[in-house]
This record gives sequence, C-alpha cells and structure tokens, in this order.
Amino acid sequence: MSTLNIENDLGRFRDIVKGRLRKDLKRYMGSGELLGKQGDDVVSIPLPQIRIPRLRYGENKGGVGQGEGEGEGAGQGPKAGDAAGQHVLEVDITLDELAEILADELELPRIEPKGQKNITTSRDKYTGIAMQGPESLRHTKRTFRAALKRQIAAGSYNPKKPVLVPMKEDKRYRSWKAKTEPQSAAVVLYMMDVSGSMGREQKEIVRLECFWIDTWLRTQFDNVATRFIIHDAVAREVDRDTFFRTRESGGTLISSAYNLCMKIIDEDYPADEWNIYPFHFSDGDNWSASDTRSCLDLVEKRMKPIVNQFSYGQVESEYGSGQFIKDLAERFTETEEVVLSRIPDRDGIMDSIKQFLGKGN
Amino acid sequence: MSGLDTWVRAHRRLPQELEDARQMIVEIARGYGLDFYETVFLMCDYDEINMLASYGGFPTRYPHWRFGMEYLEMSKGYEYGLQKIYEMVINTDPSFAYLLDNNMMVDQKLVMAHVYGHVDFFKNNAWFAATNRKMLDQMANHATRVRRYIDRHGMTEVEQWIDICLSIDNLIDPHSVHIKRSRSRSAAEVEAIELEDGVNKLPAKKYMDRYINPPEVLEQQRQARQVERQKLAKFPEEPERDILSFLIEYARLPVWKTDLLTIIRDEAYYFAPQAQTKIMNEGWATYWHTRMMTHDILSTSELIDYADHHSGTVATRPGQLNPYKLGVELYRHIERRWDRGQFGKAWLDCDDHSRKRHWDTGAMLGRKKLFEVRQVHNDVTFVDEFLTEDFVREQGMFTYEVDKATGEYIVDSTEFFEVKQKLLFMLSNRGQPRVAVVEGNHQNRGELVLQHSYEGLDIQLDWAQEVMGNLAKVWGRPIHLETRLEGKLIVLHHDGTDFTRDVIKKED
Repeated sequence: MSTLNIENDLGRFRDIVKGRLRKDLKRYMGSGELLGKQGDDVVSIPLPQIRIPRLRYGENKGGVGQGEGEGEGAGQGPKAGDAAGQHVLEVDITLDELAEILADELELPRIEPKGQKNITTSRDKYTGIAMQGPESLRHTKRTFRAALKRQIAAGSYNPKKPVLVPMKEDKRYRSWKAKTEPQSAAVVLYMMDVSGSMGREQKEIVRLECFWIDTWLRTQFDNVATRFIIHDAVAREVDRDTFFRTRESGGTLISSAYNLCMKIIDEDYPADEWNIYPFHFSDGDNWSASDTRSCLDLVEKRMKPIVNQFSYGQVESEYGSGQFIKDLAERFTETEEVVLSRIPDRDGIMDSIKQFLGKGN
Repeated sequence: MSGLDTWVRAHRRLPQELEDARQMIVEIARGYGLDFYETVFLMCDYDEINMLASYGGFPTRYPHWRFGMEYLEMSKGYEYGLQKIYEMVINTDPSFAYLLDNNMMVDQKLVMAHVYGHVDFFKNNAWFAATNRKMLDQMANHATRVRRYIDRHGMTEVEQWIDICLSIDNLIDPHSVHIKRSRSRSAAEVEAIELEDGVNKLPAKKYMDRYINPPEVLEQQRQARQVERQKLAKFPEEPERDILSFLIEYARLPVWKTDLLTIIRDEAYYFAPQAQTKIMNEGWATYWHTRMMTHDILSTSELIDYADHHSGTVATRPGQLNPYKLGVELYRHIERRWDRGQFGKAWLDCDDHSRKRHWDTGAMLGRKKLFEVRQVHNDVTFVDEFLTEDFVREQGMFTYEVDKATGEYIVDSTEFFEVKQKLLFMLSNRGQPRVAVVEGNHQNRGELVLQHSYEGLDIQLDWAQEVMGNLAKVWGRPIHLETRLEGKLIVLHHDGTDFTRDVIKKED
C-alpha cells in the first residue's frame, strides 16, 4: 500500500498549472502579473485557483456575523478554511520551466553560443566523504553511523538504552572536488528611449518584453550580465529598478545611447569572451536625420562586427513619427545580426519576442 | 490492514510525557461522561500534517491533482505564517488524530482534549449513525480501484472523469441514509397497477348494486388508479435528490466509469454528516477542551499560553462565521438555561421581563441537556431550536450584505428573526441549492430534467453551465435545469456542447 505520495499529486497539479500557463501565455505576457514576482530562479505565478465547478449560489449572498461590528481580525484558526473563495493561489515555477514553455509556444530555437566565447571555470562540488575536515562540514548521519558500527563491534551498544558517543575516529566530513566546466557567458544591454513621447503604456510594454527576453536568455547561458541604459538627448547607465521606473522627458538622441553602449562593451565585455546582445526600444522618433545617420553608422561599423545580434523594437506611440525603424530597415536589409520588430500593443509582445529570439544566433 | 499498520508504526507513537498526558485526559474525559472510540494519536511534522490534511486526513487516497493543489496552498499558508493546522481527527473506529510535533506541551494537551470531544461526538451523534467507521480501509480500497483503472485507461482519462464526478458530488441527499423512502415496487404491484382498473366492487344483488357500490365511489377509485398509472409512467416516479445514485443506476456508462462515480458518491456521503454538524461538532469539542483545560489539566505556568491559543480558536473574523465560537456559545447558553430551569411551558408563557431575567428554579439540568442535544441534533435543528432572541442580542449577531455601490460588506440587520432566518438558510442543505431529477426521459428523448427548488437566491450561472456540461457528459443526452434567474422562471439547457436558456411564460 502506498501512502501519502503527495509528490505525484503535486506533480499532476503542476502539470495542470503549466498547461494553464501555456494556454494563457499571451495574456500573462501582456499583463505584467509576473513582474515583481521574480525570485532568484523561480517566478511566482498568480493563478486564479483552479477549481472544480459545482452547482452553488451566486456571489451576492452575504452572511451572518458574530461579535462587535468591526472585527479585530487577529488570531489563527485551528483548521484550514474550507470555504470556496475566489482567491488567488501563487505557484512557483522555475525560470527553466518558464523558459521551456516560452520556447515551446514561441518555437524558439536553442541558442548556439559562439564557439570562441566559451571560457572555462572551476566550481567546487561536494562529492565524497573524508576522515578529516573542519567541524562545520561534519556529516552527522555518517558520523553516528560509524559510531554505531564501532560500538556494536565493541559490544558496548545497548539497544534498550541507545546512547551513541562518537569518538575522534568516527567523525566523517564532507569532501569536495573542484570541477572545471566550460561556461558560456552573455551580456544583454537594454536601451530604452525615455523621451517625452514614450508614454506610460509604451514603457510598460518595454518592461514586459525585457522581462521575457531576460527569462529566456538566462536559461540559455550559464552566466548572463545585464546592463541598462536610458536615454533622451543624453544617455546614462542606470540600475534595473530605475530602468523600469523612470519617466523623463526631453528630446531624443539615439546615438548617445549607442555610444554609451559601445563604451560599456569596450570596457567590460571583450567580444571574444562574451556573447553580446544589445536591445534597443524606442518609439522611433529621433531628433535629426543626421543623428540617425550616425546611429546607422555606429550599428554598422562598431556593433555589427562584435555582437551576436542587435535588436531594435519599436513601440507604437501616438506622438512618435516611427521613422527610425524605416531607416534601419533600409540600411540593413540582408543583415542577420540586425533584427527589427514593431510592437503595436501588449498583444504584440509575443510576436516581437519571436522575431527577436526566433533566429537562434 | 497490514499496510496501514506499517504506516502507523512508521509514525512516531507518543513520547512518554505525552502518553501520560493522554491517559490523564482520557480519565478526566470519561469522568465527565464522554464516550469515545479508542483514539490513536500520531506525531507528525508540519509537512506530514499538511499532506494528511490535503488528503482529508486519510493516509491513502486515490491520486488526484486537487490534493496536490491543497497541499501547495497549505504549505504556502504555513510558510507565510498565515495558517497552521493544530489538530486533525478522522471519524473511524478506532479514531486517528494527528499532533504537530513542534507544538508546545500545553497545545498538545489542548488538542487532545479537543479531539476526545470530537470523537465522542462522532460516536454518539445520530447523524453519524450510518457512517462507515472503517473508512480508512474503504478509502484505501478506493485508491486501489482507481489505480487499477489508471493502469488500464491512462492517468489523463481517469483524472478527467474524476474531475467530472467531483463537480457533481454535492448533488446527493444526505438524509436518504437515515430514512427508508418507499420507492421500489414489486413486479406484481406494478402489474396490478397497469392491468387492473383498481375498482374494488363488492358483491351485491343487482337491485342493491347502486347502493352498495355507489358509482361516485367507483369513479373515485378509478381516478386514484389513474393517478397511480400516471406516476408509474413517470420516470423517476418521485423527484430524486440523490442525483448521483440516479446516474449510477441509469446512465449508460462503461463499468469503470460507473464505479468511479460510486467511489466519489461513497466519499461524498462519508463527509456529508461532518458538513451537517460543523457548528455542533466544533462547539462540542471546544466546550470540552475549555472545561477540561481550565478545571482539570492546566498548570499555572501554562495558563497564559493556553488563553492566547484558545482565544485564537474562538476569535471572530470579518467575512466568516466561526463555528467554534458560535457552537461553544450556544452550548453554554443551553447549559445556563437548563441549569436555571428556563424552559418548558411556564418559561415560554411568561412575558414578565424582570421575572425572566432572574428566573432560576435550581433545576441544574444543563449538563444532562447538553448530552441529549449532542446526540440528536444537527446544525440546522440545533440553531432552529436553541438560537434565541436573547442569545442573538448577547452575542451581537448580525447579518451582512455586499453593498452594491461600493462592493463593501455592510451590516444589514441585527433583528433576531432575520439573523436566524439567514443563518438557517446558510446551513440547510449545507448551504447549497436543492436540486432533484424530475424527469429522466423528457419528451421520450432520454433527456434529463432537473429542478432547482428556488429559495430566494440565484445559482451562479457560469458554474451551472460547467456543471451541466459535465452532467451531459455523464448522462449522454441533453440536460435541462429549471430554476429562477433575476426573478424569472427559466430553463437552462446543455446538450454537451451548447448552453442555452428559455424564459418560461407565466401560465397564470
């Protein structure tokens, strides 16, 4: 008789959750519910509780209360409530699982890291047991097992009064081996236009798209560095938080961002060691035609040779002229390293990601 | 049973200190007249207790994703410090109860005292009379059967079928286990109804016939028989509230699907009395743990912790009625009344307030009355019989509604009559719509007609749609549900794919 195999039932439930996520991926991608729910390697997915429908009364039923009109609310109930409510259950999904779903649904290919850019690292891993070691690594179970063995052999073990006293020679310690692993590293540079024409909605779209791109790239490389640049007429590097929150206004000089981007790459990410992915999001409204020209030159002469892929996403806004993408398209017609995408609205995020990452460079 | 024994043995039996406490509590409880099955306490860590709780307390159940979901929910609740399961007890003979191993000693004593209250209630309350006390085995048996079907038909198919069965598992008739409804007729009876006209003519000479067998009487008999025949032509003859058993008997399904339906129905009937006596059962256990803890068990050093935890148990919270609180207060109210002789004709007839306030005949019948109440009542009759106007006022009870404009809860009324009516409504039929099969062969097309006895509240339409879709899958033919929506008589139809509705024109 098998008892309490909750693991199986939990697994089944997780499968259902994943199925639900898969089905509603588009909605989740556009809703921003998953942002801010991200831990180190898991994402909490707020899920309307998957429930079994039953014939019941509608919501307007009210009820009976007891006590002072205003409840104090404190105290723990001794039992889990069994009232069916419309509450939200948070389910943790690892980034790997999420990326897998993303890959399946968007038909993303696995990215092939460029051969030269693999570096090797060494990592320590606990693999064995040693007789000597620091106390902090003592393996208690093994130690006591050894003590038990010794005491039984010596005849000093009394099962009625099971007292084990480990001696020096009983002690066991965890030991480790250094493992060298090839490692591929990538840097993702996110650039966002924060000029006056980029509204709240446009930034939200960028934010969401960056989250999903991040999720995917993180699972493809052992080591992903991310850098954030915002620009209006001048560009500056910011932290992740600022990147997602700023609201600036001003003119737009896209070249300022590209220059800063190149500066960062040159200083910190030698191209033969890193896979480099610059992403730029804007509403396509640049200050002048001459600045656009210098942007195109920058992309062509400085970026193209060293990056895996330069991606430009243009978010539709009611103020922008949307000219920049046309200029880019004109110059880079047959270039694999430059990928362009238009994002009309939230629903477009999914397709846009497909365009960016679907090539597998 | 051997598997179960292994499982029980694998769990730590009580340490000596707790075992001593348990024996002490057993003695005390017996001394008060509590009468319980032997109760086996098992120590669990919080993860085990969460697992057990998600399986409804049963260590072996059939595999299903919802147990995993409940487990996840409870684990999160525990990790976030939102909820903690103190106690869990299964209604079987012997009973099993679980203790959380990192609870304080005073909590363990409280839980044990509480558990013996529950087990006494399980054993003696009439509504549990028909319960299978070997449910642990029955559940394990169900698990084996379901696993066999999974091996044969695949996990997905079986699980989907279970989902369907579960969505209709509240369409049962919990009273049916206590009453014998005479609905089956013998073949000879049926034949008699069909063939004979039912007229019972007495032998009489021709000239006396008009007086001995008056034509009006004969006509009456003929008509009565006609009614019988019409009934017979109906299927089912009387509205059937145990819709699950109707489906098991008449739906055309493969054997394994029928068997799964039977399994779900058995388990639904097992849990039904617990839903019918929630307030009484929790109130009873709380009454006794309070009594035993404060009079017999507590040491002075434990008092503060006890008071803290006990007050958590009986705390009232916005948006939900605490059965522990309501139950225990009602029992105490009854005890007080019967101790002072505040019952019977003299009490009811008296309308002098000051006399009533100081009414005390020294009857001291409270405890005796409590034991009687716990034996015969369920939540509905308990509230109906003992929730008095004084009680509602003393306890500050009120009804609440959702304010349509703001979406917030507002106090609607503190009137005795309204509070009681609403409470009774919430409790009857376990707070669920009452539905019965009225026709199993609608228009001779094998379609199923269900009737909702409308009691003032609309059913939730989107859920009804899903449930009817599931019913259509079980029955294999379209389903109709007569109900009311927004004041209009209405029939909902589901033919397995489409969900439609008709407004019935008023006939009068």
